[in-house]
Amino acid sequence: MTSEYRFTHKHVLGLADFSVEDIQAVLQTAESFKEISSRSIKKVPTLRGKTIINFFFEPSTRTRLSFEVAAKRMSADTFNISNSGSSTVKGETLIDTARNLAAMNPDCIILRHPRSGSARLLAEHIDASVINAGDGTHEHPSQGLLDLMTVREAKGGIAGLKIAIIGDIAHSRVAHSNIIGFSKMGAFVTVSGPATLIPPGIEELGARVSRSVMEAVDGADVIMALRIQKERQQDPLFPSLREYAKFFGVSQNVADAASPEAVIMHPGPINRGVELDPKLADGSRSVILEQVTNGVAVRMALLYLIMGGD
Amino acid sequence: MPGLILLKNGRVIDPVNGIDQIQDVLIVDGKISAVVQPGTLPEQVGLVYDLAGKWVVPGLIDMHVHLREPGQEYKETIATGTRAAAAGGFTAVASMPNTKPINDNQTVTVFILAKAAEAGFARVYPVGAISSGSNGEQLAEFGELRQAGAVAVTDDGLPVGNSQLMRRALEYAGNHDLLVISHAEEMTLSHGGAMNDGALATRLGLRGIPHVAEEIMVYRDLALAEFTGRPIHIAHVSTRESLSLLRRAKEKGVAVTAETAPHYFTLTEKAVDGYNTLAKMNPPLRTEADVAAIREALRDGTLDAIATDHAPHGELDKDMEFDLAANGIIGLETAVPLTLRLVRENQLDARRMVELLSVNPARILGVPGGTLSVGAPADITVIDPEKKFVFTEESIQSKSKNSPFLGWELQGKAVLTILAGRITWGQDTFSS
Ligand SMILES: [Zn+2]
Repeated sequence: MTSEYRFTHKHVLGLADFSVEDIQAVLQTAESFKEISSRSIKKVPTLRGKTIINFFFEPSTRTRLSFEVAAKRMSADTFNISNSGSSTVKGETLIDTARNLAAMNPDCIILRHPRSGSARLLAEHIDASVINAGDGTHEHPSQGLLDLMTVREAKGGIAGLKIAIIGDIAHSRVAHSNIIGFSKMGAFVTVSGPATLIPPGIEELGARVSRSVMEAVDGADVIMALRIQKERQQDPLFPSLREYAKFFGVSQNVADAASPEAVIMHPGPINRGVELDPKLADGSRSVILEQVTNGVAVRMALLYLIMGGD
Repeated sequence: MPGLILLKNGRVIDPVNGIDQIQDVLIVDGKISAVVQPGTLPEQVGLVYDLAGKWVVPGLIDMHVHLREPGQEYKETIATGTRAAAAGGFTAVASMPNTKPINDNQTVTVFILAKAAEAGFARVYPVGAISSGSNGEQLAEFGELRQAGAVAVTDDGLPVGNSQLMRRALEYAGNHDLLVISHAEEMTLSHGGAMNDGALATRLGLRGIPHVAEEIMVYRDLALAEFTGRPIHIAHVSTRESLSLLRRAKEKGVAVTAETAPHYFTLTEKAVDGYNTLAKMNPPLRTEADVAAIREALRDGTLDAIATDHAPHGELDKDMEFDLAANGIIGLETAVPLTLRLVRENQLDARRMVELLSVNPARILGVPGGTLSVGAPADITVIDPEKKFVFTEESIQSKSKNSPFLGWELQGKAVLTILAGRITWGQDTFSS
């Protein structure tokens, strides 16, 4: 990073908006915050007096908890609003709800929402900073950043690595943010899965498409398995979970085709035995728990950079 | 003398009578009384307009508008919609049946005609529904719709998914001399889609509507038209392959006509980027290749008409998550300048523009208009092809402002609109 560099984003809507320097700044900041989580008193006063609202329209214990822990470790005041508790079920729109939230003068809203573009829409209608915690099938930037951090820790760098992302690319905002993030940082990303789950033009985000899982993982440094959403089964995307596991699941056999030092990742929660062999998920090459730990550090870094960086 | 208007020195473009030259047009008692060499008429008492540099053309006819009344008057009423039509240079519009209630019976048709007559801004040709409630199950009462004044039938907004129902509609429409208009969309392919399928949809995380969703249905309806021997009109064509299908059907002699809308020859899917709901419509904006193909089809006759698919929506219908936002844009007040862009780029000539916006819509719908013949009703549009203006919300006559062209600098405008010898727009623009 050059000395003149400053992180200037007010919102975190997607990694598509981030430069290489922005990503480096988040990762460096996250690494310094990670140390806080290992202290006996895991709290710093950096964001004291700041109000953060966790605004979750979809069930997500993991991401919401990760943001909440991150905010608390920085001494911010946090409030949780979830779908069932908010009035959107009564037909109130996202924008109406945003106006009501604005009355609480939050400094930052963390939004999880089933519609693509919703985080951006909220940012256009509210003064607070907005962090996209997953919008539809668009992006999940903090997940992308924590995955970058995890790979950088495990491999010592990102540029030049071969990353294989396997599974439902079409409906995965995690895949989108990862393809954008890893390719921006100089890694080579290959995606594979049922052709029905590979969206048109994914190459333009920076991924190569392979029809064969075995070919996609050949010599890979990182294998990332994506969650198959069982609730999509009414759309005829693949015949059965059984067949999916057999032909597109990351099994020991698949893992053996990768580099011997390859790490196994999954954004969670895992359908064990469907997209990922449980032995791999819990095995020595798995960095899935590091992903969770780094999630808190990355979210602390994002909160700090958009709110406490002055 | 009352009811006397002289339009002097304008460029009269009247394709039906083979006229494209400077002429004087005399209107007496709501009818065209003479179209002659400038200066050859005796001195007139009445309104006299000097239209040097302007075009004098048969009143424009928009064969695809949504007037929203009855039922959604907060978006548009028949009065505001036809006022917008007059402001855009249109003397007639065909109103789609997806009002609330649906125009699937004579009562609604009669109501629309009464409201239109009361407003007096434009002729309104009601289009009835193909199926009761546009629910795709039973045929609507075509006979009574026709008797009440409907000129065509469609379930527009929705396709007729059931092929047997579409076949029966084509057959039965023949008894009542009604045109069948197809909104071509294969719903199992388009379902849940919010924009054109492709790389941009993938990047935005939006579900795509593939171009084949339109083409499969265009093919089906062309096949049914050929099979039944009944004419069909394909609404809002948006894809290149639909045009190939139309071309082939026309070569075979199938009785098919087709329209596109100005946004499909002006914008691509890129207008959607940034989740711009003002560029959300169905069918969706497509690619550069589709735009180029549509322009060519307007030239070569594969497409017969330009219709706006004027679809007013309130701010609350558009200012929301992209995939929940309403489809459609207003179009009546931008059709002339957007079509004139093609004329300035030599993609169309002026005569072809008049065919697409007046002559052919009249012929397809089987309604009067489309000519400046002596004795015809004086439905006339005067266009200033040079006039530059910025399209702003304040200038819009429609009740709704949902246009992706807001802020555009446009060139060319209807400056005087005359309906049966009465000025409906532009009174203040000139003084005699
Ligand atoms: Zn339609």
